[in-house]
Amino acid sequence: MSGLTLDTVRKDFGHFTAVNDVRLSVPHGTFVCMLGPSGCGKTTLLRMIAGLDLPTSGAILLDGEDITKVPTHKRNLGMVFQSLALFPHLTVGENIAYPLRIRGAPREEQKKRVDELLAMIHLSGYADRPVAKLSGGQRQRVAIARALTRSPKLFLLDEPLSALDAKLREAMQVELRQLQQQLGITTIVVTHDQREAMTMADTVVVMNKGEIRQAASPMEIYRRPADTFVADFIGSTNLIDMDTDGAGRAVALGQAIPGLKAPGGGKAVISVRPEDVQLTAPGSEGAIAGTVTFVRDLGGTIETFVDCAGKQIIAVSTPRARPDVAVGQPVGVVLDPSVCVVLAR
Amino acid sequence: MRREKPATLADYAPLAFPAIMLSVFFVIPFGTMIAVSFFQRQQGGFYTPAFVFDNYERFLSLFFAHVLGFSLMLAVMVAVCCVAIGVPFTYMLTRMSRRAQIAWMVALLSVLSLSEVIIGFAWSTLLSRTAGITNLLVAIGLMEKAVALSPGFPAVLTAMVYQALPYTILVLYPALVRLDPTLTEAARTLGASPLKAFFTVVLPALRTTILATLIMVFIFALGSYLLPQILGRPQHWTLSVLITDQAIYQSNMPFAAAMAVFLVLVTLGMVTLTLFAGRKREAAI
Repeated sequence: MSGLTLDTVRKDFGHFTAVNDVRLSVPHGTFVCMLGPSGCGKTTLLRMIAGLDLPTSGAILLDGEDITKVPTHKRNLGMVFQSLALFPHLTVGENIAYPLRIRGAPREEQKKRVDELLAMIHLSGYADRPVAKLSGGQRQRVAIARALTRSPKLFLLDEPLSALDAKLREAMQVELRQLQQQLGITTIVVTHDQREAMTMADTVVVMNKGEIRQAASPMEIYRRPADTFVADFIGSTNLIDMDTDGAGRAVALGQAIPGLKAPGGGKAVISVRPEDVQLTAPGSEGAIAGTVTFVRDLGGTIETFVDCAGKQIIAVSTPRARPDVAVGQPVGVVLDPSVCVVLAR
Repeated sequence: MRREKPATLADYAPLAFPAIMLSVFFVIPFGTMIAVSFFQRQQGGFYTPAFVFDNYERFLSLFFAHVLGFSLMLAVMVAVCCVAIGVPFTYMLTRMSRRAQIAWMVALLSVLSLSEVIIGFAWSTLLSRTAGITNLLVAIGLMEKAVALSPGFPAVLTAMVYQALPYTILVLYPALVRLDPTLTEAARTLGASPLKAFFTVVLPALRTTILATLIMVFIFALGSYLLPQILGRPQHWTLSVLITDQAIYQSNMPFAAAMAVFLVLVTLGMVTLTLFAGRKREAAI
């Protein structure tokens, strides 16, 4: 199979299991974001793919070939480190030419490739600058170009944009995605920033405690989270306990919600995105009674915090749609079954 | 990093104590030595104040030129050997577990606690014919019969490297610990074998530290006067040995002082040249 395959890859550090029997298949040319809280094993997994750490067990296959025990320098890959790891004693051009220089490529070939890559990252004419004289965004680009010098089969990035300020980071996310599509290279990015993952990825892999919780497209992950961890980690959500009453109806916050069904007819959790929560007049048909406790007016959106029998529900709408909410006002909360996701508790 | 210049006299106050110590224990004795180097030697062991160049003149002979040349060559070789062994060793050391690092550090520091005399005699025993390591080689059948490896130039060099190596490692350690380990990892992901990564990334990134260490070990080795006497033949005696000989056994203070001043000047000259060359290369890069 073309692409990268992880077959029950495991990494133990003493008694601590950093990566727990992970299976994942990444088709050629896919952009994958590994997303998870710090310490979830995503960086360890990336380092094993790069060959910087050896798996305790399991196999890593690239284009059908087992590379588990192939040393890093013999795997054709490019990696961008969180610290960027640009060589401080070399210029921009020398940094980018490094993979060619150590292979003894002719000078003209090195220069040609450096010029190509500098043009690609919009830094033409910077070849002779020392890396210390560059701005954060420029260094970022140089690190990306250096990783791509050898036209690798696999492009790995470990928290590549975390050192940049918010505006630059967003611009770089778009640029990185466009670059990846232009080159058609299999790319794996490790990040803890879900916005970054949603912007760039074809496939988002959500990890927690060394395990993959869900691997799917960004939209799928957001709309159909596999469990409460994913639902809570990606975006914000309302997690509401649900029970089944004697008549087999789903009940949440004292209100029967027709159309929802707990698997096995027992207890479950409903996940509803704040923008899917509808507020109506109190006492409306099928609405849960609540009281507004706080309104956060952000200009573009308005967040309303509603207390429903001790449970806080957050609803997001545009100010134009809800001009009337105010603290202390009673409201009705409507949970539309079509936007609710029922998850195992 | 930018620092404010001291503005008032009070800002210089913290310098007072080191300045006094340096003056009393370094500047004044050194000044005395320079003065003595121009004094007239009295036959029978003393000297009278004067201003003569006799002592420096006597020094300008082929014999002393030869000794000076040998001393500098020996010091350079010790420095180069120490750095050649010290850099890879310290690099490995920084990658070990905390425990192993502490064990090694304690062992290295304990070498520093040994006096030069003990080191000299220990090596002379180790390299002797009767009780030395060649007996071991005979026992395992690698050699026909035991031989004496001391006195001789290799013995002097070995012992001096042994003595200077802990200093070398202690000076290199902080710089190597601070070296970003992802630099080598990055080199490996870019297709460099671990050995190639060491030579193309670690060594160049440490250029300044290595130069400073070379200079430090060079000066340290230049002052060694016991080991060449214990482990070397007279032709392996350094200028420091001759200075001791003149000062203590021949009671010729002015001549000893003149040689010492000359050695300081040559050393300063060489260090300046090295620094200049290092700076020039840095500017070129």
